[in-house]
Amino acid sequence: MNINIDYNLLLSLVVGVFVGGASAYIGSIMVLKRLALVGDALSHVALPGIGLALVLNLNPFVGAFAALAVAVLIIWQIQTKTGLPTEALVGLLFTASLAIGILVTPEPELLEALFGDISRVAVSDVVLAVIFSITIFSVIYRLRNALVLDLISPDLAESQRINTAKLNLVFLALVAIVVALGVKVVGILLMGSLVIVPAVASKNFTRTLRGYGVASACLGVISAVGGILLADGLQLPPGPMVVLVSAALFLISLLSRSLLRR
Amino acid sequence: MQSILKVKNVSVHFNSKTVIQGLSFELNKGDVMAIVGPNGAGKSVLFRALLGLLPYEGEIQWPENVKIGYVPQKLAVERDLPLNVIEFLQFKGASVNEIHESLHSVGLDHCVLGKTRLGQLSGGELQRVLIAYALMNHPDVLLFDEPTAGVDIGGEETIYSLIEKLHTKTGLTILLITHDLNIIYRYAGKVLCLNKSKICYGSPREALDTKVLEELYGAKVNIYPHEHQH
Repeated sequence: MNINIDYNLLLSLVVGVFVGGASAYIGSIMVLKRLALVGDALSHVALPGIGLALVLNLNPFVGAFAALAVAVLIIWQIQTKTGLPTEALVGLLFTASLAIGILVTPEPELLEALFGDISRVAVSDVVLAVIFSITIFSVIYRLRNALVLDLISPDLAESQRINTAKLNLVFLALVAIVVALGVKVVGILLMGSLVIVPAVASKNFTRTLRGYGVASACLGVISAVGGILLADGLQLPPGPMVVLVSAALFLISLLSRSLLRR
Repeated sequence: MQSILKVKNVSVHFNSKTVIQGLSFELNKGDVMAIVGPNGAGKSVLFRALLGLLPYEGEIQWPENVKIGYVPQKLAVERDLPLNVIEFLQFKGASVNEIHESLHSVGLDHCVLGKTRLGQLSGGELQRVLIAYALMNHPDVLLFDEPTAGVDIGGEETIYSLIEKLHTKTGLTILLITHDLNIIYRYAGKVLCLNKSKICYGSPREALDTKVLEELYGAKVNIYPHEHQH
């Protein structure tokens, strides 16, 4: 196996480190809030946005983010105004938008949008990824206590004058950003794993909220870097390799869970 | 006696459905008042209105800068939620010393329990941690929503003697929702029977009788008030 650290690979590693870490960090809260699958379905909404952006000659990230922002507002409305279970509606809405996305996205870009391609990143992609990832880290770090309090007792959170509706809107907006970023790394179909798997693995061996957040972010970074390097060495597409590395880490965490319980 | 809470003609509606109708009562500093009523009678809704968490008609008057501690009915805590007791108590923005102090005041040892995950506490321990949480900023009033739901009989006794101890030691004003009539006779100076509107109000021995309970719960309920003081 021959790993050449060339310029392109370096750029994609930088994107991988930031996006992998940020997705996993925000994913740690999504898993606790049982929003992991919503996040997965949400990524499908990015496709019509990417498709339209390509047709209109815009940056695909902008298109993806715009489409996701609309979807997030819809989820938030369902959550706060109706209290209906989000699952079924989210499933319907998002598979429909995936269908629309497949129709509007030009064919050469379709594969890249679905499975990601981090081996060709522009400097502008790197800048976007770094700025937004740092934003996500710092905002989630500050809101994490309020988010978890709202999760275990919305009444208690509100009695402390936490505006839970606003809190959840901010959270979902960050989810939209992280999904738009992640689509570039692993693609629409695999984005779910970038937020879910590191968090679920960390839950197996951590006991504190702080440890859980840190471990999730670290496993996210390791998955991204490991996957990108393996893909480069083995001449395989990076998206699926990132996901497989994180799945392997999950298996190891399962072992550690059973060891810890002894 | 200094008044701490005045509730005047308060009504709460949810989507044109009336949950509380024209409720009035008054509390003095240091009172312990129990709120009884069947499920869906508006007891928890009353608490939410008192906390200012939902819109209501009428007047609820607290003194300026009153601090209200709230102990919710139950928490949605999964067993493997990665959150330990100290981390949870830090949500209130308290220092480590304050946390140790408040755990001590509810009879829990921070060395033993501080690092335990919230989801692995017993019902009684979790309830005491919630009380510690409510006590953290030295409140003037404590609202308890069914303090012993999900606690076994031995734990129940501990929780109530803890509440009583807090009351005698600090002179806290306490409002508690409960279904347990014995608890009301033993610990509460006042009782409010609520089923959408006020069914009874006053000292338990005067306000509660078989007729009131029948009206409240719609079935015959026998009461055996304790004659001696515990």
